[in-house]
Amino acid sequence: MIFEVVVEVRLRAGIADPQGATIERALPALGFVGVNGVSVGKSIRFTVQAEDEAAAHELVTDLCHRFLTNPVIEDSEISLQVAETSAN
Amino acid sequence: MSTNVAVIRFPGTNCEFDVVEVVQHLGASAEIVFHDEPSLGNADAVVVAGGFAHGDYLRPGAIARFSPVMDAVAAFAQEGGPVVGICNGFQVLTEAHLLPGALQKNAGLKFRCGFTDLRVESSNSVLTSAVTPGDILSIPINHFEGNYTCSLETLAELQSEDRILFRYVTNPNGSMDDIAGICNEGRNVVGLMPHPERACHDLLGSHDGINLMQSLLNAAGLSSVQGPS
Repeated sequence: MIFEVVVEVRLRAGIADPQGATIERALPALGFVGVNGVSVGKSIRFTVQAEDEAAAHELVTDLCHRFLTNPVIEDSEISLQVAETSAN
Repeated sequence: MSTNVAVIRFPGTNCEFDVVEVVQHLGASAEIVFHDEPSLGNADAVVVAGGFAHGDYLRPGAIARFSPVMDAVAAFAQEGGPVVGICNGFQVLTEAHLLPGALQKNAGLKFRCGFTDLRVESSNSVLTSAVTPGDILSIPINHFEGNYTCSLETLAELQSEDRILFRYVTNPNGSMDDIAGICNEGRNVVGLMPHPERACHDLLGSHDGINLMQSLLNAAGLSSVQGPS
């Protein structure tokens, strides 16, 4: 089966997010008020071929841990969905 | 037999020639080793030079870490060989888990470029044997992701084991505990954000880096060397 995967990478709680803070500081000058808690992350999209969803999830989790994120400073959230009938 | 320093070059490395120049100036030989080489040859020391390995894509050092040469660097470090990562090289060594922690974006999102004062905190490492704790060295920095961070447990270890080698006198990037450079448990793997190789001649504004590079060559086994000019 083929799965479409989206990995959201974000900074772990407590890790400074200077990009988010800079964006937030700029908002009042543009007239946006009441916008708070800005944080900046990454979204990484790809497809994965695996036996089933559990296997795909395991593979992507390993990929996130070893490559797509640096666990010292980043967390990831994985979303998986079956790609349109491409099972073979 | 001249001491030989392997200077690692990834696509995007740009400080390798500066390192080679200083090593040769100090009477040793240096060889640039490309990222896809599986071997370091007859290296007595390794420098992972600065730059933007693989464009810093994903994260600085994240892709470089998987280069064939990094297996050789890890094996060399495991055997106690002296390894120094400068700037992007420091980032590569943390991503390769040869050093703890990570380098995140500078506080304030400023790319920092200029001379900075470093205080030597320990002379017990392959890069600091020829300097003394308390020495203030003027060494340039040139980075966007130099904000050292680690878990509080790791920080406590670094502090209690005397593994923080350099602190910034005035913190330029938000790094935890003003950390500019650290070493591993074996004290043979060192990472630092400042560039000692760019401070090895008065024409460059400082020669304070020369004793650091000399320390590395001493660790690599060079018995007699020329002093700095």
